[in-house]
Amino acid sequence: MSLVEFRNVSFEIAGKRILADLSLTVDPGETLVLLGRSGSGKSTALKLANGMLFPTGGHVLIDGKSTRDWDPIRLKRRIGYVIQDVGLFPHFTVAQNVGLVPKLDGWTDPDIDRRVDQLLEKVGMPTAEFRARYPRQLSGGQRQRVGVARALAADPPILLFDEPFGALDPVTRLELQRQFLDLQREMNKASIFVTHDVREALRLGTRIVLLAHGTVDTTADPGDFQRAQSEEARAFLACM
Amino acid sequence: MRSDLTNDILRLTGEHVVLVGSAMLLAILLGVPLGILLSRRPAVRRWLLGTASVVQTIPSLALFGFLIPVPFIGGIGKRTVIVALVLYALLPILRNTFVGIASVDAAVCESAVAMGMTDSQLLRQVQLPLAARTIMSGIRVATVTTIGTATIAAAIGGGGLGVFIFRGVNSVDTVQILAGAIPSALLALLADGGLGWIERKLSAA
Repeated sequence: MSLVEFRNVSFEIAGKRILADLSLTVDPGETLVLLGRSGSGKSTALKLANGMLFPTGGHVLIDGKSTRDWDPIRLKRRIGYVIQDVGLFPHFTVAQNVGLVPKLDGWTDPDIDRRVDQLLEKVGMPTAEFRARYPRQLSGGQRQRVGVARALAADPPILLFDEPFGALDPVTRLELQRQFLDLQREMNKASIFVTHDVREALRLGTRIVLLAHGTVDTTADPGDFQRAQSEEARAFLACM
Repeated sequence: MRSDLTNDILRLTGEHVVLVGSAMLLAILLGVPLGILLSRRPAVRRWLLGTASVVQTIPSLALFGFLIPVPFIGGIGKRTVIVALVLYALLPILRNTFVGIASVDAAVCESAVAMGMTDSQLLRQVQLPLAARTIMSGIRVATVTTIGTATIAAAIGGGGLGVFIFRGVNSVDTVQILAGAIPSALLALLADGGLGWIERKLSAA
């Protein structure tokens, strides 16, 4: 049984088809990259995974159980979520932001403090320097590191990334991508990573699912993807 | 004579403060929850904001007049005045509560929901703290306006500084008018300054 399974999932809103017949599985240690143009349905797929949206056809199974049968709050706390705009709370310090989910889950303050320190070190933010800062006092790259630390805080087995590095400069982006790979090797999470950047997909993915108009165009590991022959895959590979 | 006037000014200023204070307390207790409701129920947004806007367009003297024959809340006296003042103060408070909540960064709300915050946690820990400044500014504007509007209370026996003004207008006595107008203006300035200070103290995000 996979941690995440999409079984013939489709999603429509106001009669408009966003996703059709999407099937995929993600296991621990894997990074499934959803690659596609804007409007290809890749962000929608992420929102279906943590129950922010529900499929209009088929099933999304987390730990073998349909997202419809999960308690919506418990489901979301089992899944870390990182988005491009980061969405740190501006009125919370870095430490409060990172400790948010453990706090919601009722950890004790000393446990939260220890966890926050550990995670800030892990994402390369010296804790003495950054703990007490507010998000507005951080650079874009630092904010995104805090966003990653926050998603990891309660040690969720599943992580979702929605173009997390899209707004960063190329140098910072590469740093964060390297760090992502280190963390992924170390922590063995089941990750779904949405991007429209084919180089990022090849660098980070253990498997790439190329979406076009809400359906799967190509599924391949990074090596095979570079030899994919579909029109859409060649269009993406031409961007390299 | 002078000390009589001073005593009257103090007494009527006190009455005025009580009128405005009670009206504002009720308006806040009513307006903030209604503003929260607006942010949660798009369906009621249109008609509630619409109704509150229409109420604000009714001239205040006319509103007092309309309320006199209404059972329970109407009649002559302070109660009617307070009801009318609450109706006027409601719109800025509920509108600013709603706008303050609605203008919290969408990415912040999305990540709060995605991390498994319940709606009430989202409201208490994220939206209200971030909207506090906007809500406070609605309360400030409503208070300043209410201090002015409350002078008309004297027309239906509600007391307050308006007593001087009506008396002065009827007897063409500038001193009496000023005895009402100056303390009322000072109260408004004081409220504006004090509430503005609180507003600036609230964390700006």
